[in-house]
Amino acid sequence: MQQLVHLHHVLYVASGAHHAVLAATTPGSSSGNPIWYHIINLGALTYGLAAIGPGVGIGLIFGRTIESIARQPEAAGRVTGLMWIGFALTESLALIGIAVPFFIK
Amino acid sequence: MNHVLAAAASTCSPSTAHLGSGCGYPAPSINDFYFTPFFKIGSVGFGKPGLLVILSVLIVLTFFWFAFHSPKLVPRGVQNVGEMGILFVRDQILRPQLGKRGDKWLPFLVSLFFFIWVNNIFGIIPIFYFPAMSKYGYPVALAGMVWIIYMFLGMKHQGVFGYFRNMSVPTGAPWWILPLLVPIELFSNILVRPFTLSVRLFANMLAGHVLLAVFTLATWYLLTLSISLVYATASFVLVILLTGLEVLIQLLQAFIFTILTATYISGAYETAH
Repeated sequence: MQQLVHLHHVLYVASGAHHAVLAATTPGSSSGNPIWYHIINLGALTYGLAAIGPGVGIGLIFGRTIESIARQPEAAGRVTGLMWIGFALTESLALIGIAVPFFIK
Repeated sequence: MNHVLAAAASTCSPSTAHLGSGCGYPAPSINDFYFTPFFKIGSVGFGKPGLLVILSVLIVLTFFWFAFHSPKLVPRGVQNVGEMGILFVRDQILRPQLGKRGDKWLPFLVSLFFFIWVNNIFGIIPIFYFPAMSKYGYPVALAGMVWIIYMFLGMKHQGVFGYFRNMSVPTGAPWWILPLLVPIELFSNILVRPFTLSVRLFANMLAGHVLLAVFTLATWYLLTLSISLVYATASFVLVILLTGLEVLIQLLQAFIFTILTATYISGAYETAH
Protein backbone atom coordinates (compact mmCIF):
# COMPACT_ATOMS: atom_id res chain seq x y z
CA MET A 1 0.00 0.00 0.00
CA GLN A 2 2.92 2.28 0.57
CA GLN A 3 3.84 1.83 -3.08
CA LEU A 4 0.30 2.69 -4.04
CA VAL A 5 0.37 5.88 -2.02
CA HIS A 6 3.80 6.70 -3.36
CA LEU A 7 2.60 6.11 -6.92
CA HIS A 8 -0.44 8.25 -6.27
CA HIS A 9 1.73 11.00 -4.94
CA VAL A 10 4.32 10.72 -7.70
CA LEU A 11 1.59 10.98 -10.29
CA TYR A 12 0.18 13.98 -8.46
CA VAL A 13 3.57 15.65 -8.37
CA ALA A 14 4.33 14.71 -11.96
CA SER A 15 1.07 16.22 -13.00
CA GLY A 16 2.59 19.59 -12.36
CA ALA A 17 1.02 20.65 -9.11
CA HIS A 18 4.19 20.68 -7.08
CA HIS A 19 4.76 24.36 -6.61
CA ALA A 20 3.99 24.20 -2.90
CA VAL A 21 5.60 26.68 -0.57
CA LEU A 22 6.68 25.82 2.93
CA ALA A 23 4.26 26.86 5.61
CA ALA A 24 6.48 29.59 6.95
CA THR A 25 4.76 30.71 10.08
CA THR A 26 7.73 32.11 11.97
CA PRO A 27 6.70 35.30 13.73
CA GLY A 28 8.50 38.43 12.69
CA SER A 29 9.23 37.20 9.19
CA SER A 30 10.21 39.70 6.58
CA SER A 31 6.77 40.12 5.05
CA GLY A 32 6.14 43.21 7.18
CA ASN A 33 2.87 42.06 8.66
CA PRO A 34 2.18 42.56 12.35
CA ILE A 35 2.86 39.59 14.53
CA TRP A 36 -0.77 38.74 15.13
CA TYR A 37 -1.28 38.06 11.43
CA HIS A 38 0.66 34.89 12.02
CA ILE A 39 -1.11 33.86 15.19
CA ILE A 40 -4.57 34.22 13.65
CA ASN A 41 -4.78 33.19 10.03
CA LEU A 42 -7.27 35.78 8.82
CA GLY A 43 -8.22 33.80 5.75
CA ALA A 44 -9.28 30.85 7.86
CA LEU A 45 -11.17 33.13 10.24
CA THR A 46 -12.93 34.75 7.30
CA TYR A 47 -14.06 31.44 5.97
CA GLY A 48 -15.18 30.27 9.40
CA LEU A 49 -17.45 33.27 9.74
CA ALA A 50 -18.62 32.99 6.15
CA ALA A 51 -19.69 29.40 6.62
CA ILE A 52 -22.24 30.13 9.33
CA GLY A 53 -24.97 31.40 7.03
CA PRO A 54 -24.72 28.76 4.32
CA GLY A 55 -24.47 26.08 7.00
CA VAL A 56 -27.82 27.13 8.40
CA GLY A 57 -29.24 27.53 4.89
CA ILE A 58 -28.21 24.14 3.61
CA GLY A 59 -29.48 22.50 6.77
CA LEU A 60 -32.83 24.18 6.22
CA ILE A 61 -32.97 23.10 2.58
CA PHE A 62 -32.26 19.47 3.24
CA GLY A 63 -34.44 19.34 6.33
CA ARG A 64 -37.41 20.80 4.53
CA THR A 65 -36.86 18.42 1.63
CA ILE A 66 -36.83 15.43 3.94
CA GLU A 67 -39.97 16.70 5.64
CA SER A 68 -41.78 17.29 2.38
CA ILE A 69 -40.87 13.84 1.06
CA ALA A 70 -42.15 12.37 4.30
CA ARG A 71 -45.40 14.22 3.92
CA GLN A 72 -45.90 13.44 0.24
CA PRO A 73 -43.72 10.68 -1.21
CA GLU A 74 -45.15 11.10 -4.72
CA ALA A 75 -43.49 14.51 -5.00
CA ALA A 76 -40.07 13.10 -4.20
CA GLY A 77 -38.66 13.41 -7.72
CA ARG A 78 -39.62 17.02 -8.25
CA VAL A 79 -38.65 18.08 -4.74
CA THR A 80 -35.26 16.39 -5.01
CA GLY A 81 -34.47 18.29 -8.20
CA LEU A 82 -35.32 21.59 -6.57
CA MET A 83 -33.28 20.58 -3.55
CA TRP A 84 -30.12 20.23 -5.62
CA ILE A 85 -30.66 23.63 -7.21
CA GLY A 86 -31.17 25.25 -3.83
CA PHE A 87 -28.16 23.48 -2.39
CA ALA A 88 -25.84 24.70 -5.13
CA LEU A 89 -27.06 28.28 -4.89
CA THR A 90 -26.58 28.35 -1.11
CA GLU A 91 -23.26 26.54 -1.25
CA SER A 92 -21.93 29.11 -3.67
CA LEU A 93 -21.83 31.71 -0.90
CA ALA A 94 -19.73 29.47 1.32
CA LEU A 95 -17.42 28.77 -1.58
CA ILE A 96 -17.00 32.43 -2.43
CA GLY A 97 -15.90 32.69 1.20
CA ILE A 98 -13.24 30.03 0.76
CA ALA A 99 -11.99 31.45 -2.52
CA VAL A 100 -11.74 35.10 -1.42
CA PRO A 101 -8.67 34.69 0.85
CA PHE A 102 -6.81 33.25 -2.10
CA PHE A 103 -7.09 36.32 -4.27
CA ILE A 104 -7.51 39.15 -1.79
CA LYS A 105 -4.28 39.53 0.11
CA MET B 1 14.68 27.95 15.07
CA ASN B 2 14.79 30.44 12.24
CA HIS B 3 18.10 29.22 10.93
CA VAL B 4 17.04 25.58 11.16
CA LEU B 5 14.01 26.30 9.04
CA ALA B 6 16.08 28.37 6.63
CA ALA B 7 18.59 25.56 6.25
CA ALA B 8 15.90 22.96 5.86
CA ALA B 9 13.99 25.07 3.36
CA SER B 10 16.53 24.38 0.66
CA THR B 11 16.06 20.63 0.87
CA CYS B 12 12.36 20.52 1.58
CA SER B 13 9.97 19.66 -1.18
CA PRO B 14 6.70 17.80 -1.06
CA SER B 15 8.47 14.63 -2.17
CA THR B 16 10.99 14.67 0.65
CA ALA B 17 8.96 16.15 3.46
CA HIS B 18 8.01 13.66 6.13
CA LEU B 19 6.90 14.06 9.69
CA GLY B 20 9.92 14.78 11.78
CA SER B 21 12.24 15.62 8.90
CA GLY B 22 12.41 19.26 10.02
CA CYS B 23 10.33 20.57 7.19
CA GLY B 24 6.85 21.72 7.96
CA TYR B 25 3.79 20.27 6.31
CA PRO B 26 3.97 21.31 2.63
CA ALA B 27 0.57 22.87 2.46
CA PRO B 28 -0.96 23.42 -0.96
CA SER B 29 -1.18 27.06 -1.88
CA ILE B 30 -2.35 29.21 -4.72
CA ASN B 31 0.96 28.52 -6.46
CA ASP B 32 -0.24 25.00 -7.10
CA PHE B 33 -2.66 26.46 -9.59
CA TYR B 34 -0.03 28.18 -11.69
CA PHE B 35 1.76 26.01 -14.20
CA THR B 36 4.82 26.80 -16.25
CA PRO B 37 3.52 27.09 -19.80
CA PHE B 38 4.66 24.77 -22.58
CA PHE B 39 5.08 27.72 -24.88
CA LYS B 40 4.09 31.37 -24.97
CA ILE B 41 2.48 33.37 -27.74
CA GLY B 42 3.30 36.95 -26.87
CA SER B 43 2.42 37.13 -23.20
CA VAL B 44 -0.24 34.42 -23.25
CA GLY B 45 1.11 31.10 -22.08
CA PHE B 46 -0.35 27.78 -23.13
CA GLY B 47 0.13 25.30 -20.34
CA LYS B 48 -1.59 22.37 -18.75
CA PRO B 49 -5.02 23.98 -18.20
CA GLY B 50 -5.15 25.04 -21.86
CA LEU B 51 -4.23 21.54 -22.92
CA LEU B 52 -6.96 20.09 -20.70
CA VAL B 53 -9.59 22.41 -22.11
CA ILE B 54 -8.72 21.51 -25.70
CA LEU B 55 -8.64 17.83 -24.78
CA SER B 56 -12.08 18.05 -23.22
CA VAL B 57 -13.48 19.64 -26.38
CA LEU B 58 -11.99 16.81 -28.44
CA ILE B 59 -13.42 14.20 -26.08
CA VAL B 60 -16.92 15.64 -26.20
CA LEU B 61 -16.83 16.01 -29.99
CA THR B 62 -15.51 12.48 -30.48
CA PHE B 63 -18.08 10.97 -28.15
CA PHE B 64 -21.03 12.64 -29.78
CA TRP B 65 -19.71 11.95 -33.26
CA PHE B 66 -19.42 8.26 -32.48
CA ALA B 67 -22.90 8.28 -30.96
CA PHE B 68 -24.73 10.10 -33.71
CA HIS B 69 -22.81 9.94 -36.97
CA SER B 70 -25.24 7.36 -38.34
CA PRO B 71 -28.22 7.42 -36.04
CA LYS B 72 -30.72 4.62 -36.18
CA LEU B 73 -34.32 4.70 -35.06
CA VAL B 74 -33.64 1.86 -32.63
CA PRO B 75 -30.42 2.95 -30.93
CA ARG B 76 -27.57 0.53 -30.53
CA GLY B 77 -24.34 0.84 -28.60
CA VAL B 78 -22.90 4.30 -28.11
CA GLN B 79 -26.03 5.92 -29.44
CA ASN B 80 -27.84 4.68 -26.34
CA VAL B 81 -25.46 6.52 -24.06
CA GLY B 82 -25.50 9.61 -26.23
CA GLU B 83 -29.28 9.64 -26.19
CA MET B 84 -29.27 9.28 -22.42
CA GLY B 85 -27.04 12.33 -22.16
CA ILE B 86 -29.09 14.46 -24.51
CA LEU B 87 -32.39 13.40 -22.99
CA PHE B 88 -31.07 14.17 -19.51
CA VAL B 89 -30.26 17.72 -20.57
CA ARG B 90 -33.51 18.12 -22.43
CA ASP B 91 -35.87 16.71 -19.82
CA GLN B 92 -34.21 17.87 -16.61
CA ILE B 93 -32.74 21.18 -17.67
CA LEU B 94 -34.36 22.51 -20.80
CA ARG B 95 -38.02 21.54 -20.63
CA PRO B 96 -38.70 22.66 -17.02
CA GLN B 97 -37.25 26.10 -17.68
CA LEU B 98 -38.01 26.90 -21.28
CA GLY B 99 -40.74 24.55 -22.42
CA LYS B 100 -40.96 23.04 -25.84
CA ARG B 101 -40.04 26.25 -27.68
CA GLY B 102 -36.63 26.04 -26.06
CA ASP B 103 -35.56 23.02 -28.09
CA LYS B 104 -33.44 25.23 -30.31
CA TRP B 105 -31.21 25.85 -27.29
CA LEU B 106 -30.58 22.14 -26.87
CA PRO B 107 -27.25 21.98 -28.76
CA PHE B 108 -25.89 24.90 -26.78
CA LEU B 109 -26.94 23.49 -23.42
CA VAL B 110 -25.72 19.98 -24.23
CA SER B 111 -22.33 21.34 -25.27
CA LEU B 112 -22.11 23.53 -22.18
CA PHE B 113 -23.07 20.73 -19.82
CA PHE B 114 -20.71 18.14 -21.21
CA PHE B 115 -17.85 20.58 -21.67
CA ILE B 116 -18.03 21.65 -18.02
CA TRP B 117 -18.52 18.09 -16.79
CA VAL B 118 -15.57 16.61 -18.71
CA ASN B 119 -13.36 19.48 -17.58
CA ASN B 120 -14.39 18.88 -13.98
CA ILE B 121 -13.77 15.15 -14.25
CA PHE B 122 -10.16 15.86 -15.16
CA GLY B 123 -9.76 16.79 -11.51
CA ILE B 124 -9.90 13.16 -10.41
CA ILE B 125 -8.35 11.34 -13.38
CA PRO B 126 -4.81 10.22 -12.45
CA ILE B 127 -2.61 11.62 -15.19
CA PHE B 128 -4.22 15.04 -15.25
CA TYR B 129 -5.43 15.65 -11.69
CA PHE B 130 -6.40 19.22 -12.42
CA PRO B 131 -9.91 20.56 -12.94
CA ALA B 132 -9.48 23.13 -15.68
CA MET B 133 -12.40 25.14 -14.31
CA SER B 134 -10.30 26.02 -11.26
CA LYS B 135 -8.47 28.61 -13.35
CA TYR B 136 -10.81 31.55 -13.06
CA GLY B 137 -10.53 32.55 -16.69
CA TYR B 138 -12.52 29.59 -18.00
CA PRO B 139 -15.68 30.00 -15.89
CA VAL B 140 -15.47 33.74 -16.54
CA ALA B 141 -15.45 33.09 -20.28
CA LEU B 142 -18.46 30.77 -20.03
CA ALA B 143 -20.41 33.08 -17.73
CA GLY B 144 -19.58 36.06 -19.92
CA MET B 145 -20.92 34.20 -22.93
CA VAL B 146 -24.14 33.36 -21.08
CA TRP B 147 -24.43 36.97 -19.89
CA ILE B 148 -24.10 38.35 -23.41
CA ILE B 149 -26.71 35.84 -24.60
CA TYR B 150 -29.37 36.70 -22.07
CA MET B 151 -28.77 40.45 -22.16
CA PHE B 152 -28.96 40.49 -25.94
CA LEU B 153 -32.01 38.23 -26.02
CA GLY B 154 -33.78 40.33 -23.40
CA MET B 155 -33.16 43.52 -25.29
CA LYS B 156 -34.23 41.90 -28.55
CA HIS B 157 -37.52 40.55 -27.18
CA GLN B 158 -38.51 43.36 -24.87
CA GLY B 159 -36.83 46.40 -26.38
CA VAL B 160 -33.85 48.07 -24.77
CA PHE B 161 -35.77 50.27 -22.34
CA GLY B 162 -38.50 47.71 -21.86
CA TYR B 163 -35.96 45.13 -20.80
CA PHE B 164 -34.42 47.33 -18.15
CA ARG B 165 -37.79 48.52 -16.96
CA ASN B 166 -39.16 45.00 -16.67
CA MET B 167 -36.06 43.81 -14.92
CA SER B 168 -35.85 46.58 -12.39
CA VAL B 169 -39.48 47.17 -11.51
CA PRO B 170 -41.33 44.10 -10.31
CA THR B 171 -45.07 44.37 -10.70
CA GLY B 172 -46.89 45.22 -7.55
CA ALA B 173 -44.13 47.17 -5.84
CA PRO B 174 -45.33 50.41 -4.20
CA TRP B 175 -43.89 53.58 -5.70
CA TRP B 176 -42.07 54.75 -2.61
CA ILE B 177 -39.80 51.73 -2.48
CA LEU B 178 -38.63 52.06 -6.07
CA PRO B 179 -35.56 54.28 -5.38
CA LEU B 180 -34.27 51.51 -3.16
CA LEU B 181 -35.49 48.60 -5.24
CA VAL B 182 -34.42 49.64 -8.73
CA PRO B 183 -30.67 49.93 -8.05
CA ILE B 184 -30.71 46.66 -6.13
CA GLU B 185 -32.55 44.84 -8.90
CA LEU B 186 -30.39 46.32 -11.65
CA PHE B 187 -27.21 45.48 -9.76
CA SER B 188 -28.44 42.01 -8.97
CA ASN B 189 -29.52 41.12 -12.46
CA ILE B 190 -26.80 42.76 -14.49
CA LEU B 191 -23.70 42.41 -12.35
CA VAL B 192 -24.26 39.83 -9.66
CA ARG B 193 -25.67 37.08 -11.88
CA PRO B 194 -22.63 36.51 -14.11
CA PHE B 195 -20.32 37.00 -11.16
CA THR B 196 -21.95 34.35 -9.00
CA LEU B 197 -22.41 32.06 -11.98
CA SER B 198 -18.69 32.07 -12.68
CA VAL B 199 -17.48 32.13 -9.08
CA ARG B 200 -19.76 29.25 -8.08
CA LEU B 201 -18.16 26.94 -10.62
CA PHE B 202 -14.67 28.28 -10.02
CA ALA B 203 -14.78 28.12 -6.22
CA ASN B 204 -16.28 24.63 -6.15
CA MET B 205 -13.48 23.29 -8.32
CA LEU B 206 -10.82 25.25 -6.42
CA ALA B 207 -12.04 24.04 -3.04
CA GLY B 208 -12.34 20.45 -4.21
CA HIS B 209 -8.84 20.45 -5.66
CA VAL B 210 -7.35 22.05 -2.55
CA LEU B 211 -9.09 19.51 -0.31
CA LEU B 212 -7.79 16.59 -2.31
CA ALA B 213 -4.33 18.15 -2.38
CA VAL B 214 -4.32 18.70 1.39
CA PHE B 215 -5.11 15.11 2.18
CA THR B 216 -2.89 13.62 -0.50
CA LEU B 217 0.07 15.64 0.71
CA ALA B 218 -0.82 14.76 4.29
CA THR B 219 -0.80 11.07 3.45
CA TRP B 220 2.70 11.32 2.04
CA TYR B 221 3.88 13.63 4.81
CA LEU B 222 2.69 11.27 7.56
CA LEU B 223 4.17 8.18 5.95
CA THR B 224 6.90 7.39 8.46
CA LEU B 225 7.57 4.14 10.28
CA SER B 226 5.86 5.09 13.50
CA ILE B 227 2.41 5.64 14.88
CA SER B 228 1.81 8.22 12.18
CA LEU B 229 1.25 5.33 9.76
CA VAL B 230 -2.23 5.08 11.25
CA TYR B 231 -2.78 8.76 10.52
CA ALA B 232 -1.51 8.26 6.98
CA THR B 233 -4.02 5.47 6.48
CA ALA B 234 -6.83 7.63 7.78
CA SER B 235 -5.72 10.42 5.48
CA PHE B 236 -5.70 8.07 2.52
CA VAL B 237 -9.21 6.86 3.33
CA LEU B 238 -10.27 10.50 3.43
CA VAL B 239 -8.73 11.04 0.00
CA ILE B 240 -10.87 8.21 -1.37
CA LEU B 241 -14.04 9.53 0.30
CA LEU B 242 -13.36 13.06 -0.89
CA THR B 243 -12.84 11.80 -4.43
CA GLY B 244 -16.30 10.28 -4.21
CA LEU B 245 -17.67 13.60 -3.00
CA GLU B 246 -15.87 15.31 -5.86
CA VAL B 247 -17.61 13.07 -8.38
CA LEU B 248 -20.95 14.26 -7.05
CA ILE B 249 -19.93 17.91 -6.84
CA GLN B 250 -18.53 17.95 -10.39
CA LEU B 251 -21.73 16.61 -11.90
CA LEU B 252 -23.80 18.92 -9.72
CA GLN B 253 -21.85 22.02 -10.69
CA ALA B 254 -22.13 21.28 -14.39
CA PHE B 255 -25.87 20.70 -13.91
CA ILE B 256 -26.32 23.91 -11.91
CA PHE B 257 -24.43 26.03 -14.45
CA THR B 258 -26.55 24.69 -17.27
CA ILE B 259 -29.86 24.99 -15.46
CA LEU B 260 -29.11 28.55 -14.42
CA THR B 261 -28.21 29.34 -18.03
CA ALA B 262 -31.59 27.95 -19.08
CA THR B 263 -33.30 29.99 -16.35
CA TYR B 264 -31.63 33.23 -17.42
CA ILE B 265 -32.49 32.58 -21.07
CA SER B 266 -36.11 31.92 -20.16
CA GLY B 267 -36.10 35.10 -18.09
CA ALA B 268 -35.04 37.02 -21.17
CA TYR B 269 -38.00 35.66 -23.15
CA GLU B 270 -40.80 36.58 -20.80
CA THR B 271 -42.13 40.07 -20.90
CA ALA B 272 -42.80 40.80 -17.26
CA HIS B 273 -42.43 39.24 -13.85
